[in-house]
Amino acid sequence: MFDYNFHWRPVLKTLPDLIQAGLTTLEVASLSMLIGIVLGLCLALMRMNMTGPLKWFAVSWIELARNTPALFQLFFFGFGLGAIGINLTPYTIILTGLSFNCAGYLAENFRGGFQAVPDTQLKAARCLGMNAWQAYTRIVIPQVFRVVYHPITNQMVWAVLMSSLGMLIGFRELSGETQFFASRTFRIFEYFAVTAVLYYIIVKIVLAASRLLAMRLFRY
Amino acid sequence: MQESMSFFTGFGLNDLWFLGEAALKTLWISVLSISIGTLLGTFFGWLLHEGKWVATFTIAPILDVFRSVPLIIQLVLFYNFAPIIGLNFDPFASGVVILTLYTAALVASVARGGIESVPPSMRRASRSLGMSYWQDLFHVVLPIGGRAVFPAWVGVVLGVMKDSALVSVLGYVELLKASQVLITRTQEPLLILAIAGAFYFALSYPISRYAHKFEQRWSK
Amino acid sequence: MIQVRGLHKHFGDLHVLKGIDLDVNKGEVLSVIGSSGSGKSTLLYCLNSLEQIQKGSVHVDGIDVHAKQTDVNKLRQKLGMVFQQWNSFPHLTVLENVALAPRIVSGKSKEEAYAMAEKQLKHVGLGDKLKNYPSSLSGGQQQRLAIARALAMEPEYMLFDEATSALDPEKVGEVLDTMRLLAEEGMTMICVTHEMGFAKEVSDRVAYFHEGIMEEIGPPEQIFQAPQSEHTRKFLANVL
Repeated sequence: MFDYNFHWRPVLKTLPDLIQAGLTTLEVASLSMLIGIVLGLCLALMRMNMTGPLKWFAVSWIELARNTPALFQLFFFGFGLGAIGINLTPYTIILTGLSFNCAGYLAENFRGGFQAVPDTQLKAARCLGMNAWQAYTRIVIPQVFRVVYHPITNQMVWAVLMSSLGMLIGFRELSGETQFFASRTFRIFEYFAVTAVLYYIIVKIVLAASRLLAMRLFRY
Repeated sequence: MQESMSFFTGFGLNDLWFLGEAALKTLWISVLSISIGTLLGTFFGWLLHEGKWVATFTIAPILDVFRSVPLIIQLVLFYNFAPIIGLNFDPFASGVVILTLYTAALVASVARGGIESVPPSMRRASRSLGMSYWQDLFHVVLPIGGRAVFPAWVGVVLGVMKDSALVSVLGYVELLKASQVLITRTQEPLLILAIAGAFYFALSYPISRYAHKFEQRWSK
Repeated sequence: MIQVRGLHKHFGDLHVLKGIDLDVNKGEVLSVIGSSGSGKSTLLYCLNSLEQIQKGSVHVDGIDVHAKQTDVNKLRQKLGMVFQQWNSFPHLTVLENVALAPRIVSGKSKEEAYAMAEKQLKHVGLGDKLKNYPSSLSGGQQQRLAIARALAMEPEYMLFDEATSALDPEKVGEVLDTMRLLAEEGMTMICVTHEMGFAKEVSDRVAYFHEGIMEEIGPPEQIFQAPQSEHTRKFLANVL
C-alpha cells in the first residue's frame, strides 16, 4: 500500500527553525490579541453608548470583521491598501488583519459581558462617591473580564490558528516557514505533519496557560 | 485594440461572470461539506453523550485535533497524504473531505451540548409515557435540544462558509482565489475585493442576524 | 441637615413625587413607610442625585444637590446608601469591598483604608470574614457588609432603601440590629422600610407616603396610635 518513502530526517534537522517559527506564531497571535482586546473593548463601549457616526463606525467594523473571511481581511490589508499606495510588510499585514478580526469578535463578547453585569453594581459604586471612570475600571470591567475570560481564551486559540494564513501572504510564521522548507525539499507531507503536531502543542499550551492564569485571577 | 486593452487591464463583464461562477463554487463546496458534516457531527455528538468513556478515549481526541490544527494545514496535509495511500483526490474532493470532517468536529460539541441541554426530567417524562429510546430522541431531544443550540450551529455554518476560502490553497478556484487571479490581471484590487467582500457579507450577515433574533426570541 | 422643598419627580408620564417638603435634622432617625409605588424609594434616589428631579430643590448641609456646579461624587460621600439588593462587589474580598472607596475616592493610604475597613467590619460583626469573598456570605451578612462599606466613607447621613426586604425572614433581625446600633450611636438615618416594629421603636419620626404625597409625618406614637389621615389608617390596618 505504501510505496511512498517517508523522509523525516530533513524535517527533524530543521525542527529548531520550525520551533523558532512557532514562537513567531505565538508572538503574532498574542500581540494581535492584546490590540484586539483594547480595540474590542472600545468598540463595544462605542456600540453601546454612542450614537451617530461613532456608533456606525463601531457597528461596521464589528460586522465586517465577523461576516467576511479572515483571509479576505488579510487581502484587503495587503492588496487593497497596496492599491492606494500603502504597502505594509507581511508582518504588519498579518498583525493588522488579525487585530482587526479579533477586535470585531471580542467586541461582541464584551458587549455580552457588560450586559451580564447588573447595573446596580454601577449604581452602588457611584453611591460610594466613585466617578464614572473609577466605577467602570474598578467595579464593572473586572467583572466583565471574568464573564468574557473563556471566550477570550477561545479567541486566542483562533488567533493562533488564523495566523497560519501568513503562509498565503508570504509571512514566515510556523506555516509560512513550513511551506518554505517543504517546497525546497519536496517533503510536503512530512513537513506539514510535523507542523500539525506543533500547532496542536501550541494550542494545548495556550489552553493550559489560560487555565493556570484563571486559577490565579479568579479566586471568587 | 480596444478589446485586448480591456482584456489585460480593465475589469469587464466577463470578469463579473467569472466571479459569479466562483461564488457558486464557494456556495457549492460549503453546502456539501456543511450538510454531510452536520449529519456526521450530530452522530459524533450523540456518541460523545452516550458512549461516555469509550468515546472520550476514541473519537473525542480525534475531533480535538481537527479543532486544534489550522484548517489550511489540514487541507495541505490531506491533499498530499491521499496519493500516498493510493487515493487520487482532486482539490475539490480533498476540500470536501476536510471541510466535512472539520464541520463534524465543530458540530459534535454543539450537538452534545444540545442533547445535554434537555433536562433529564423531561426525558424521563417522555419515557414514562411509553416512548422508546429512539422516539424520545427524535420527538423530544431533537426539537428541544436542537432549538437550544441552533444559534451555535449557525455560527459553525457561517464559520465553515468563510473558511471554505482556504480550499484555494489547493488550487480550487473559489471566490477568493478568483478575486486574487483577477487582481493580478486587472490591477484593480479595491473594486474586486469589494465585490468579493460584499458577496460574503450578503450571505453571512442576514443569516447571523436571523440566528440572533431566533436566540432572543427563545431565551425569553 | 437635609431640606427638601416642593420636590416633583416624573418618570415619563408617571408623576412619582408630587411636591414633597421635608426636613431631616442631624442625629434624627426618620422611617419612611407606605405601600410599594408610593414614591418613597424614589425620594432617597433624589437625595443623592441618583435620579434627576423636575421641580423643587434638595439641600444637604446647604449644598444644592441638583445644581449643575455641585460635585456629586463629593456629595455622595456625605450620604451613605444601602440598597434592597446588597450589591456587594463579587470580585473583591470582604475587606477590599469596604476599603476600595476610601482608598480611591477619599484618597486614604492603603494602610489607613484597610484599618478603617477592618474597624467598620468588626463594628457590624463581620470581623472574622475579612478574607472571604461575598459569594460565601449569607444575605444578611452581605447586607451588613454593604452597611460597613457605606460607613467606611464616614458619611454624615445613611439612607436605607428597604434594606431588609430581600432577606430571608430569619436574617432580617441581624440587619435590623445593626441599624439599631447605628441609630443609638447618633447617626442621622432615613430608612425606607416595611418593618413596622423597627419604625415604631427606633425612629424619632415616621413619614407615611401615599401615591407620591407625604400624607403624614410625626412621632411614631402619633402615626401608629392616632393617625390623622384615612389612608394611613387603612395602610396600618393592613400591615399590622
